[in-house]
Amino acid sequence: MSLSFVRTEMEEPQPAPSSTVGIVAWARTNLFSSIPNTILTIIALYLLVRLAVGIFPWIFLGVWDAGSLSECREIFAELYPDGREYACWAVIADRWDQIIFGYYSADQYWRPILGWILIGVSAVPVLYPNTPRSLLYVTVATAFVYPFLVWGGTIWPYLMAAVGFGVGYGVYRILAAVTAGNAFSSVIAVSGSVIAAAVWWIGLSGPISGALAEAMPWGIEAFRSRDLAGFALAITIGVVAIAASLPLAIALALGRQSNMLIVNKLSTGFIEMIRGVPLITLIFVAVVLLQYFLPSGTDVDPILAIMILVTLFTAAYIAEVIRAGLAAVPKGQYEAADSLGLNYGLAQRLIILPQALKIAIPGIVSNFISVFKDTVLVSIVFPNDPLGIADTIRADSNWNGIVWELYGFIALVFFLFCFAMSRYSLSLEKRLQTGHR
Amino acid sequence: MADAAAPPSEAFRLSMLIYDSRYRSTTIQIVVLILFLLGFFWLANNAVQNLAALGKPINFGFLSQTSGYDINQTLIEYDSTYSHGRATMVGLLNTLLVAFMGCVTATLIGLVGGVLRLSNNWLVSRLVTLYVEIFRNVPVLLWIIVCMLSITSTLPGPRAFRGDDPEASMILFGNVAATNRGIYVPQPFFESGLGSAGMNFLVMAAVIIAGIFFVRWNNKRAGEIQVQTGDRPNTFWVNFAAMTVPFIVLMFVMGLSFERPELRGFNFKGGMQIQAPLIGVWLGLSLYTGTYIVEIVRSGILSVSKGQSEAAAALGIRPGLTMSLVILPQALRVIIPQLISQYLNLTKNSSLGVAVGYADLVATLGTTTLNQSGREMETILLLMAIYLTISLTISGVMNWYNRSVQLVGR
Repeated sequence: MSLSFVRTEMEEPQPAPSSTVGIVAWARTNLFSSIPNTILTIIALYLLVRLAVGIFPWIFLGVWDAGSLSECREIFAELYPDGREYACWAVIADRWDQIIFGYYSADQYWRPILGWILIGVSAVPVLYPNTPRSLLYVTVATAFVYPFLVWGGTIWPYLMAAVGFGVGYGVYRILAAVTAGNAFSSVIAVSGSVIAAAVWWIGLSGPISGALAEAMPWGIEAFRSRDLAGFALAITIGVVAIAASLPLAIALALGRQSNMLIVNKLSTGFIEMIRGVPLITLIFVAVVLLQYFLPSGTDVDPILAIMILVTLFTAAYIAEVIRAGLAAVPKGQYEAADSLGLNYGLAQRLIILPQALKIAIPGIVSNFISVFKDTVLVSIVFPNDPLGIADTIRADSNWNGIVWELYGFIALVFFLFCFAMSRYSLSLEKRLQTGHR
Repeated sequence: MADAAAPPSEAFRLSMLIYDSRYRSTTIQIVVLILFLLGFFWLANNAVQNLAALGKPINFGFLSQTSGYDINQTLIEYDSTYSHGRATMVGLLNTLLVAFMGCVTATLIGLVGGVLRLSNNWLVSRLVTLYVEIFRNVPVLLWIIVCMLSITSTLPGPRAFRGDDPEASMILFGNVAATNRGIYVPQPFFESGLGSAGMNFLVMAAVIIAGIFFVRWNNKRAGEIQVQTGDRPNTFWVNFAAMTVPFIVLMFVMGLSFERPELRGFNFKGGMQIQAPLIGVWLGLSLYTGTYIVEIVRSGILSVSKGQSEAAAALGIRPGLTMSLVILPQALRVIIPQLISQYLNLTKNSSLGVAVGYADLVATLGTTTLNQSGREMETILLLMAIYLTISLTISGVMNWYNRSVQLVGR
């Protein structure tokens, strides 16, 4: 047996065949792997090119500087004698303020802008759990400062509304200390504080803030809510609805999870009734019917009424999200809370709700997206929201005939907001998943 | 030791209503009920008093009064001499029509999009993602308005079809005219039908149902033969013929023919007009809801664990059959409940048609009848009750389905 050949040195490594690396291979596996795939790719490419050729020149060759649509057309006629027309973005440049800020006068624009910055800051500790907790004070303050910035007037009514919470808390502490040892101490303290706060808000805060306003008229220009328009209105309705609906939604979700028959049925009935009707019917209720349900002579601000009904609507949907979160908390957590001897309130506050709300946040964010999108329904009853403003602008003789530029711009703004929020909720879902499994 | 197990017998004290868990829940429920009833009666009392002061106590009598307004799209016979009740019915049918059309189209979009989104073709799956992100992040009302405007402000008016050398011409071999007032298509009618539209419809439905029964019987027979001999006879062509041939024969017997839309004067006459608002609402709702269904289909198919398709491959089942016999039945369990809740959303969103002038329930009962009769309370409550009934019916179906497909055990 003899060896005819023994290799003494290694071959140089060869590069992979060109058909398995690089862009060609990528295209082969991802675009042209089979005949149907190739056909699909060609169709998709064709559609994409058609779309790009149709839309991009229209967008990018548009005119930004003109006073009216006819001026735009004159510019196009000058530039392109063959009669081609492109986007007349001048309408956005001309009416930017109106679309974004509604009917605030130019020297008041700092108010909505400051309000939005505050909302952004106050959302941070809610959305990102790792930020300093002291930011939560900003969140609480925003609840009173934002309405002040939006509606203006003197500072007192907003301050007095905030003081009402302090009054309630103070009465609770005093009554609890006075009646300590009594069997009904907690009942007396809680009901006493609720009654005191109610008396404060309904009876006292009005006259007191009126008197203070006369003595010290500190404040900014008052603003009627029916002049609230454009994205300022959309953002205000969205933020008010989501913030005001959260406590109600938690109560409804706990009610629906409760095994007390009456509480359970009432919560379920409310949630199902609200979820069963379209939002537009609730807006009709706000604008047309709400005045009948209040004592005669009550003056109902229609925008405020819409905010209340949108809040109820949102609460019903978020309640379902929170209920799903409550159901997702493992049963062992409830049992652990019981075995530690925590009562219902403490168990919910310290053990169950923190976990349930954490699970529910992505759902709450997606509900916020839908509320924000649903604010355009206001345009069916009032020409105030972004779509209503678009109608107003199109009715103007300068911009009569504008269609796609306006709706395209409004769609773009909505898209940017909603896309960012949905990305956030997606990233949150991923983070929560790794935390639990 | 028996004494230790027995609870200490205490005299009842008032504080036990709060601190004793045996009584506490009853106390809370009674307090809640009292507060709820007080609030409810306060609101109801205000409403009754305010309405009485205006001289219009709650009364649904207006539903039988003459409506006095016309509706541009009616599925049943209607004109301004009919009652408000009939107008409500017309609106309800229009709502159901656009909801049904929207559900069908959205499902088609969703199925095709969901499958394409999962395809290994990079370009196509990105394109579908682009479509989903663009359409779901913009309000549906804006899409409805955009779809409506793309008909009314880009398609030619009927006037453009006139003359010897018209600017626009009818498409699909001169059968369909796409104008800014809507799309005119040929209308089918029966030359020798059974007298009334209802009878014709009944006969057609009967033939189709008979076909379905035959197909079921045929499949059952094929199953029995398979059990006995091991070979399953090919049933496809027989089933196909059973579903189509009798129907085609029926169409010939009843003399099916089409009336083409023709330009007479300033507008098209004859044929069937699919009005611009209907197309706008239908397209807008379908495109918007379709994005949600794309995601539902995708997540449904992804929810079936990979082991299932590997097991099917190990059994030697071909890829196509794996999809239809192994993956889809399990994916549908996830897909269908979400799909039905999207149908519910679409039906509720169809109420936005009022913004583009679609004569749905909100436009007839909630707007024109409200204004004509001046009965805000009754019309809006009735409107909400009708929508609530539709929603509860759909969610009842969904709960029934959920129960029937629930995994037993575990």
